[in-house]
Amino acid sequence: MSTLLEVSGVSVSFDGFRAINNLSFQIGDAELRAVIGPNGAGKTTFMDIVTGKTKPDEGHIIWGSMSRSLIGMSEAKIARAGIGRKFQKPTVFEEQTVQENLLMALRKDRGPLAVLFFKPSKPDLERVAELAEEIGLTDALMRVSGELSHGQKQWLEIGMLLAQEPRLLLVDEPAAGMTPAEREKTTAILVEAAKTRAVVVVEHDMEFVRRLNCKVTVLHEGAVLAEGTLDHVTKNQDVIDVYLGR
Amino acid sequence: MERSFIARNPSVLVFLAILALFTLVVTVFAEGFGVGLISTSFVKTLGKTLCLCLIAVAMDLIWGYAGILSLGHFAFFGLGGYMVGMWLMYERTKQIVESSLSEGILPPTPEEIEAAIGNQIFGVVGSNEFPVIWAFADSFVLQMAFVVLVPGLLALVFGWLAFRSRVTGVYLSILTQAMTLGLSLYLFQNASGLRGNNGLSGLQNLPGVTAPQSVVSLWFFWASALALGVGYLLVAWVVSGKFGSVIRGIRDNEARVRFLGYSVESYKLAVFTLTACIAGIAGALYYPQAGIINPAEVAPIASIYLAVWVAIGGRGRLYGAVIGTAFVSLVSSWFTGGQAPNVNLGFYTIKWVDWWLILLGLSFVLVTLYAPKGMGGLVDLITRKKGSDI
Repeated sequence: MSTLLEVSGVSVSFDGFRAINNLSFQIGDAELRAVIGPNGAGKTTFMDIVTGKTKPDEGHIIWGSMSRSLIGMSEAKIARAGIGRKFQKPTVFEEQTVQENLLMALRKDRGPLAVLFFKPSKPDLERVAELAEEIGLTDALMRVSGELSHGQKQWLEIGMLLAQEPRLLLVDEPAAGMTPAEREKTTAILVEAAKTRAVVVVEHDMEFVRRLNCKVTVLHEGAVLAEGTLDHVTKNQDVIDVYLGR
Repeated sequence: MERSFIARNPSVLVFLAILALFTLVVTVFAEGFGVGLISTSFVKTLGKTLCLCLIAVAMDLIWGYAGILSLGHFAFFGLGGYMVGMWLMYERTKQIVESSLSEGILPPTPEEIEAAIGNQIFGVVGSNEFPVIWAFADSFVLQMAFVVLVPGLLALVFGWLAFRSRVTGVYLSILTQAMTLGLSLYLFQNASGLRGNNGLSGLQNLPGVTAPQSVVSLWFFWASALALGVGYLLVAWVVSGKFGSVIRGIRDNEARVRFLGYSVESYKLAVFTLTACIAGIAGALYYPQAGIINPAEVAPIASIYLAVWVAIGGRGRLYGAVIGTAFVSLVSSWFTGGQAPNVNLGFYTIKWVDWWLILLGLSFVLVTLYAPKGMGGLVDLITRKKGSDI
């Protein structure tokens, strides 16, 4: 399996506080990975750096088979390169319908002129219908997404990410505030997505991570503390000390 | 399946029908061709109002849909007016000069004519030389192109600088105020080449036209109605599709749109420039009806009024912007024109010329607090529809 994203020796500090400290991280082409760690471990900052929101002070981020450096690229460019991001709070465009949300995310030319003259073709609408089915929102396509339940909004956002057809999906706490049934469905969507692309899930909830049944990276104070299966890392004394022991 | 643009937006058709009917009624009752119930000066007021509605539609596009509160669009409006004013004033003066010089014994040379025109136009600012920017004032086609190009170019450069640095929200509003203030101060200078605080005048006279003002006013009224109709249709089309989705997305959550892979700055710049061009056209139609343009027209307060009209009308829906602008600007000219009767309370007399601004400010506050949908929201009550349908 080839490496899709390689983060090496990345550090960033805010006002003297080192949020990320010499972090190195790799993920392969079609892999599901859970990133866990206590509050302030740098999970969200890690995502900010990869998606271009935060510029690292030092280190390298190498992307894809062409080994492009992501440092210095704008958020939009990184997104177009194939990295999709789901935020902790569901952020869909609440005043627009589910269909409009999905159409906007669909992998198409993003230039203003192309978008101005865009008319959804039959395959586009079919793809939207397919995505809606995947995330269980077929009946809600024409509804304004602000009316959806919290769980449905989370799925819509995942659906929008899938519509982007990214090669790497960064998902921040997807199960937060979900009912057990909704969690199960979310797990299924993520596991399915990881068959064809890399998926990184940042999560607090150990039960949810266990269900994902994948390799786990433990972050602590901005660096990788341990890596391996969930059982492996939970037996690690360092991990127990900083995270599970509390 | 996707239906056609008009089928998805029935309100556009309703608006165009009402506009056409209004134009017809005014024409029939005007002095120029019709019954004569509507005075020529009122036809001009109505025509000017249509131009204000057009810039309001542009304002709604950039503020109501893209969420950028620009408080500088009257700069573009004024520039459009100046561009058309230069041609009108030059050609008109040329005509007068030529006819007066031809009474002499020898026919005047082109140099003499040029000098006489320069003296006529710039004598008021103590000069008789044509500034460089008047180089094309004799070309109708070029000056008409400038109506769109000059505001467009200014918006492009200003917007590129502002959006690239990710200036947003109230900071951008302040920056646009600074832009329009800067332009106004520049134009106030005699050395600006646009006659300083005198501005350009006599714009109601079309060169080579002998028709009376009662007829000319109708021509401009029709042109204004046509421009509003076309502008409305264009903007409604722009916001109806995926482009509309994206800019509304930028309004609601800019960062999210960025992470979807859209270059937010390009979209903002495109909308800013497009609306500046529309504003330029609206201004170019407005000032020949007003007859005069001077730097006070692009003072910062003008652009703030524009935002107030759109807010009172209801932003995020185009007909709201039109209703608000038509209503407030007409009522405003009634109150400030001294036509409103003063109210004598015994101990105090309410003079509307003084009190109108307070009334306007109060209604702006009330609309913002209690009726964020504005006057356009009333349409919802009638049609029982939720949200905006454009």
